[in-house]
Amino acid sequence: MELNIKAKLAKDTIKADSEKHIKVNPEKCKVCKERVCLYVCPAHVYTLNKEGNVELELDGCLECGTCRIACVELEWHYPRGGYGVQYKCG
Amino acid sequence: MDNFDVIVVGGGLAGLSAAYCLAKEGIGVLVVERGDYSGAKNITGGRLYLNPIRSLLPDIIEKAPLERFVTKERILMMSDKSSVAIELSSQKFGQKPYHSYTVLRAKFDQWLADQVNAAGGMIVTKNRVDDLIMDGTKVRGIIAGEDKIPANVVLAADGVMSLVAEKAGLKQRQKPQDYAVAVKEVIELSPQIIEQRFNLAPGEGAAQMYAGAITKGMFGGGFLYTNLSSISLGLVVRIKDLMEYKPQIEAPQLFEDFKQRPEIKGLIEGGETIEYSAHVIPEAGMEGIPKLYGDGILLAGDAAGLTLNTGITVRGMEFAIASGVLAARAISSATKKKDFSSQSLAEYETLLKNSFVLKDMETFKKAPHFLDNPRLMGQYPQFLCDTMEQMMFIGDEPKKRLVGTAMGEVRKIKFTQLLKDGYNAFRSM
Repeated sequence: MELNIKAKLAKDTIKADSEKHIKVNPEKCKVCKERVCLYVCPAHVYTLNKEGNVELELDGCLECGTCRIACVELEWHYPRGGYGVQYKCG
Repeated sequence: MDNFDVIVVGGGLAGLSAAYCLAKEGIGVLVVERGDYSGAKNITGGRLYLNPIRSLLPDIIEKAPLERFVTKERILMMSDKSSVAIELSSQKFGQKPYHSYTVLRAKFDQWLADQVNAAGGMIVTKNRVDDLIMDGTKVRGIIAGEDKIPANVVLAADGVMSLVAEKAGLKQRQKPQDYAVAVKEVIELSPQIIEQRFNLAPGEGAAQMYAGAITKGMFGGGFLYTNLSSISLGLVVRIKDLMEYKPQIEAPQLFEDFKQRPEIKGLIEGGETIEYSAHVIPEAGMEGIPKLYGDGILLAGDAAGLTLNTGITVRGMEFAIASGVLAARAISSATKKKDFSSQSLAEYETLLKNSFVLKDMETFKKAPHFLDNPRLMGQYPQFLCDTMEQMMFIGDEPKKRLVGTAMGEVRKIKFTQLLKDGYNAFRSM
């Protein structure tokens, strides 16, 4: 069964915040071997770009905090008030 | 902004329950919620057990918007290609007052927010608390954007990630060992189809837990709850296990594979997924509880690590509500003394210790260690399924006696290990 996270996220209301609420530490990120962010995030926020660096697609973030627990190097906050995911069921 | 006696960070179950009780006592309370509305950021499996909290929110809880009262409980042990189910169909659970209900948080939390407003409490939404006003180690209020709002007490009810508790120095950054991630879909189906498929009378609900091959031996499992006109289906897996599992696998992939299992597929067939969500769950039990109070601050709900997974029941919401109510009591008594020091607010911990919250967590304090056992999540469900399959199967060879069949499977398990795990189960449950 193919994973289509984008289609799943399309079901949610997510209000994009122009301010980035999660930042990687570029120095540490470049040399990180594990890169657990790429597979622990349930919303595929983290991907590798052509240059092999980690990129963030924060508009799909579900704010669960898994990445913050898995990677101590992240500068992590919630999106600003009134932004981000707004669950209708929960 | 005005001065408030109490600022509650987070308009979820703990925060709103506290605010409701404080407002009813005439204590000036402000709830700061970062979502567009209460419940916008909240997720449950989920089911709420009502008996522990009926006396804590006596006037309102019976009017809460709940989904279905659970009369059917099912636990499934799964191997790769088979499963063994234990089902409890309870007439007792179908009698008033119903002991547990399925819940959807967006609805429930907005209702509770309405109760807070009606009682005279103030809620501001769309506001993120960025920092605390500190005086040494003493908490003096909150900072939200440009606003600095002083208060006698701050109640950190900002959920499992509680950045506020970290800023107050009560909690450290979380460890992957102590937390699991849950992914969930809400799948819409008509009430009639739900009642047919799960053999329920109107209003009745089903709760199901799945353990075994679906998490590939990792700590966690699947869950299913029937709501009025939807099914909440999800999968939980510990973050540390997910980080270490080789070859790498993602929680959403485990979840998709779970959805494709024949045990699940027929139950959700024809349903439309209307929401996809993810949330982190504290799994460390008693040992994961941080210091619950400091000068001018208290922690409640998930922020305080108040969740309990015994392997058979998973609870958190009634702990959140109870801790909110008890935090309000401690704050109310501190207000009377005009003393918001750590010593004065320590009454909160005493109240929690005398309530079901810390009593239940103490009783089951060994459960996280017992459940932290790959055999429970892999080998034993496999053994159970294989044994049952052998017992039920008739081939073209003469059939062996039952004992022989079971012993053939038992040999695959270390007997001393089984005894030890059985003993631990006995001690932790």
